[in-house]
Amino acid sequence: MTATETLVPFDEALTRYDPVMGLEIHIELNTATKMFCGCPTGFGAEPNTQTCPVCLALPGALPVVNAKAVESAIRMGLALNCEIAEWCRFARKNYFYPDMPKNFQTSQYDEPIAYDGYVDVDVDGETYRIEIERAHMEEDTGKSLHVGGSTGRIQGADFSLVDYNRAGIPLIEIVTRTIEVPGDKAPAVARAYVSHVRDLIGGLGVSDVRMDQGSLRADVNLSLKPKGSSALGTRSETKNVNSFRSVERAVRFEVSRHAGILDAGGKVIQETRHFHEDTGTTSSGREKSDADDYRYFPEPDLAPVSPSREWVEELRKTLPEPPAVRRARLQADWGFSDLDMRDTIGAGALDLITATVELGTTPQAAKKWWLGEMARRANETGVDIDALGITPQQVAEIQKLIDDGRINDKLAREVFDGVIAGEGTPEEVVVARKLEVVSDDGALGAAVDRAIEADPDAAQKIRDGKQAAAGALIGAVMKEMRGQADAGRVRELIIEKLS
Amino acid sequence: MSEPAKGISRTDVAHLAGLARIDLSDAELDHLASELPAILENVAIVQRAAGDDVEAMSHPLPVNNVFREDVEVPCLTPEEALAMAPASEQQRFLVPKILGEE
Repeated sequence: MTATETLVPFDEALTRYDPVMGLEIHIELNTATKMFCGCPTGFGAEPNTQTCPVCLALPGALPVVNAKAVESAIRMGLALNCEIAEWCRFARKNYFYPDMPKNFQTSQYDEPIAYDGYVDVDVDGETYRIEIERAHMEEDTGKSLHVGGSTGRIQGADFSLVDYNRAGIPLIEIVTRTIEVPGDKAPAVARAYVSHVRDLIGGLGVSDVRMDQGSLRADVNLSLKPKGSSALGTRSETKNVNSFRSVERAVRFEVSRHAGILDAGGKVIQETRHFHEDTGTTSSGREKSDADDYRYFPEPDLAPVSPSREWVEELRKTLPEPPAVRRARLQADWGFSDLDMRDTIGAGALDLITATVELGTTPQAAKKWWLGEMARRANETGVDIDALGITPQQVAEIQKLIDDGRINDKLAREVFDGVIAGEGTPEEVVVARKLEVVSDDGALGAAVDRAIEADPDAAQKIRDGKQAAAGALIGAVMKEMRGQADAGRVRELIIEKLS
Repeated sequence: MSEPAKGISRTDVAHLAGLARIDLSDAELDHLASELPAILENVAIVQRAAGDDVEAMSHPLPVNNVFREDVEVPCLTPEEALAMAPASEQQRFLVPKILGEE
């Protein structure tokens, strides 16, 4: 990005241009072993402890396809409403980069295992059909640590340190066809699509689909076309956008940036861009060049994959309930209104509420905490709701504390603060922060006496039978007890003392 | 996947050498620019021998679905893996600088 680049506000850009998007999602499978060798795939192992002659590309090593990875790929293809290829091959994607010791990545080229699918995503009560061009099998690359240089990237680094634990982990790349939706909806549709795919694939149990750990990674391709024109513009490819919120922001930013370039009569360069979480901006990565001639050719070391129709149909039977059916069922079970359901999906809280309800919390209480409290916190802190540091288990435990009368809703918010801050389990936070409500009659009785003395008018009204006046006294007691009184017991004590 | 080569110029050779990261001198470029077309011509003879009804072969045997079970096998130790590296640091392969600043 040059210093002179001007950004056009998103809404203004949409008055002159229509965005055209393409989304690519890479999903790391959770197989026990790698795509072409028996090395384990656990996340976070010590560097270079999960390698062998195959994934290090030593001479004479022979890769063999992991059957489970093919099965997972087919199930994913079916869940994405794709056709499953009757016969397909792997291909070598040749490039020189130290993250693959082979100097090529084993991928699929013009024969993907799954193709021509779609998913329907909901945004603000509208359904948008996103067409899937293909989903193909490939392998992940190693992880590089770039030492020296100013940017921490490979450009200008003095040298790089590479860990090949991740090299060879099965990866599925899902590629959409171009997505053209009303411009003002584009960022939300992009986000909803990634979120939908995460839920869909998560439901299959074939991947951890953790954006924060890189097991789900999204690339956002975007171009603009002038209103009324049918000619596609030049696109940028923003890589590895690491949260749902960032997907939305990356679309908005690129629309503003492209519009600035086009308004000034400039040309958008086809290039890779990096997204910056802190500023919500992108910066130039690498221009497309001759080096991107990957010279794909069929992989001679691997036999073609030809899934029998019987196998495909067997796998189709293992698919979970389709998302639309599941949502309708949950909405009926929970007694949620259409608006509740829309908010739940918009907040990315469907699975969180489902899990909380399964742990015994009522749907209404689960909704209150996830959509009221947690969605607000996620919004304020700019993280996805499932990355807040609160689990369904913890929400269920906190609601249990409320149901048992040990804390109230107001104190529960402080318990959430403590749990998010890493102070321990809800129980431990209640004890450490001394949050338990006081229901001990001795302490409460003294506070009630003081409240009656301080507000003789209210006391007299209650003596006269106007129990509604108790509210003022309850409020005074709660204030004195800093919110930690059992309000129900306080009311009983007031009525007892004044009748 | 590619069209049968019809001929190869010195510029083509230089481009291919660049893609393959092979540093060729002018003399080597001249030499290969005259030698590669002869090799391609021999390939073309073989290609003519196969009729249009014969599909390009990507695997020497007519087999499909050679799979392995998803079962772990022992890995190399990091020491074994890194023993083959010219240089290493922090239990990682040390790779020399390959790209300059933009």
